[in-house]
Amino acid sequence: MPDTPLLQVTGLNGGYGGKPVLQGVDFHVNEGEIVAIIGRNGVGKSTLMKTLIGLLPNQRGTVHLRGQQIDNLSAHRRARLGIGYVPQGRDVFPRMTVLENLLVGQSISGRKIDGMLEQVHGHFPILQERASQRAGTLSGGQQQQLAIGRVLMGGPSMVLLDEPSEGIQPNIVQGIARIMVDLNARTGLGVVFVEQNLDMIRAMAQRCYVMDKGRITASLTRADLDDQDRLRSYLSV
Amino acid sequence: MVDSLNLVFSFLYQFGDAFAFLVLSACGLAVIFGMMGVINLAHGEFIMCGAYVSTRAAHAGVPMPLAILLGAACAGIAGMIVELLVIRRLYQRPLDTIVATWGISMIVTQGMLILLGPSMQGVGTPFGSFVVGGYSYSVYRIILMLSAVATLAVLWLMFTRTRFGLLSRATIQVPHVAEALGVNTNLVYSVTFGLGAALAGLAGGLYAPTMTLVPTMGASFMVEAFVTVVVGGADIFLGTAPAALILAVIKAGLTSWQGQLAGQIGLLIAVIIVIRILPRGISGKILRERG
Ligand SMILES: Nc1ncnc2c1ncn2[C@@H]1O[C@H](COP(=O)(O)OP(=O)(O)O)[C@@H](O)[C@H]1O
Ligand SMILES: [Mg+2]
Repeated sequence: MPDTPLLQVTGLNGGYGGKPVLQGVDFHVNEGEIVAIIGRNGVGKSTLMKTLIGLLPNQRGTVHLRGQQIDNLSAHRRARLGIGYVPQGRDVFPRMTVLENLLVGQSISGRKIDGMLEQVHGHFPILQERASQRAGTLSGGQQQQLAIGRVLMGGPSMVLLDEPSEGIQPNIVQGIARIMVDLNARTGLGVVFVEQNLDMIRAMAQRCYVMDKGRITASLTRADLDDQDRLRSYLSV
Repeated sequence: MVDSLNLVFSFLYQFGDAFAFLVLSACGLAVIFGMMGVINLAHGEFIMCGAYVSTRAAHAGVPMPLAILLGAACAGIAGMIVELLVIRRLYQRPLDTIVATWGISMIVTQGMLILLGPSMQGVGTPFGSFVVGGYSYSVYRIILMLSAVATLAVLWLMFTRTRFGLLSRATIQVPHVAEALGVNTNLVYSVTFGLGAALAGLAGGLYAPTMTLVPTMGASFMVEAFVTVVVGGADIFLGTAPAALILAVIKAGLTSWQGQLAGQIGLLIAVIIVIRILPRGISGKILRERG
C-alpha cells in the first residue's frame, strides 16, 4: 500500500493528568519525509511528541504507524516498532559513558545491528573521541549529538526530534541538519522535528505544520518555508 | 611479637566477620533502595525465606552450596511476585511502600509461626574450627567472608558487564527515556526487586547454619542492613561496600575492646553522625562531587 502514511495522527487529545493540552491534533507524515512542527512556546509541541511516543496517554484520537494503531501500546513497545525519540533537553544518561548511552539505544531494535556503531561514530566523530567519558560532562551540543546517535543505534524507521537546536552553537546545528537530510536521502528515514530555529527549519524541512493552542492550525509547503516573514510570524508573539 | 601477631589476626577475623555480615545483610536492601527508591521493610522476611528453604533442602539431602542457592532463588521468586502484586502499584509513593512492605513482613512472620511453629531444626555449622595462638576460630566464618567478597564481585560484573546491568542503570538514571528507547522498564524493576530479594535469601541461606531458625530471625539482620544502607547511600559499589568497611572497623574494634553490645551501640552512633554530616550517605557525597 504505497499511499499508507508513515505516521497518521487523528483527533489526538492529551495532556497532564486533568490538564488538557492537545485539543484534537491532526497531521500525517509520508514515507521518507522530513516534517517540521513549529509554534510558540507552550502551545503543546513537546506534549505532542511525548504523546506520540507513549510517555503521556492519549485521552482521545488515534496514532497509526504504517497503518498499525499504536496509541494503545506502552512507550517501549512503540519504540520497538522503530520510532526513535530524542527529547527536548536531550536527557542523556548522565552517569553512564558516551558508549554506554549509545548501547542503550540498541533496545529500539532489540539487538546489535552490525556496523551501526561505526556509522554513528562516522556521523558524530566526537562520540568516538569521548567514548569513555561520562555523558553528563559533555557540552550541550555534544549531548545533542549523543541523544541523536543513541536512537540511530537502534536503526529506527522514523525519529521524533524535540527542539534539536536548543542552546547549541550554529555550526553544530548545521552539522546535525546535514546528517539528518543525508540519512533521509540515503535510507528514507522519516523525521518529525519540533523547532523554532529558522535556519534549521529551512535546512531540513520538506513540509511544515504550525501548532497553536493544542491544534495544528496551518500546513506549509516547501515553497511557503522560503517566506521568512511568514515563518517568523508563526513563531513570535 | 607472636602475641601481637595473634592479636592482629584476631582483629582481622573480627573485622572480616563483621564486614561479611554487614555486606550480606545489606546488599539486597541496597539494590532495591538504590535502584528503585523502595525501602523494603520485608527485607528480613526474604532473609528468613532463604534460611528456611535452604535448611529444608539440606535436611532433604541437597548439598549445602546448592541448598543455599536454592534458598536465594526461592526468595528471588517470592520477591518478583511481591513486586508484581504490591510494589508495582505503589511506585512514586515511597511512604505507601514502607507501610505495605511492613504489612507483608508482619503477615509473613505470623503466618510462618502458625504454619511451621515457633522454631525449626537447624543444620549445625559445618567445617569445625582452627586454632591460632590458643584461640579457636570457625572455618565457616572464613567461608562467609569469602562469600561476601564474591557476592560484591558478581554484582559488580552484573551491573557493569551485562546487558541487564546497562539497562538497569539507564532505568534508574532517566526512567522515562529508557522506556522511550525500547527498554521494558517494568521488567527491569521486577527483575531488580527479585535480585534484591534473592540477595536477602542468599544471606539467610549462608547464615542459617550459624543461628536459630525462628520466623522473626530476619529482624536480627535489619539493624546492620539499615545502618549500612543509610551510611552508604543509594549506590552499592560507591556506598554499601565502603560503608561496610568503615562500619566493620568500628564494630570489630568496639566489640573486641568492650564486647558485643558496645559494637552495636557504636554502629548506631556512627549512623547518627553520618546522617548529620552526609544526609545522602557516602555515595551521595561522591556522586555529587563528581557532578
Ligand atoms: N509536566 C507538566 N505538567 C503539567 N503541565 C505541563 C507539563 N509540561 C508542560 N506543561 C504545560 O503544557 C503546556 C504545553 O507545554 P509544552 O508541550 O511543553 O509546550 P511547547 O513544547 O510547545 O513549548 C504548557 O501550558 C505547559 O505549561
Ligand atoms: Mg517544548
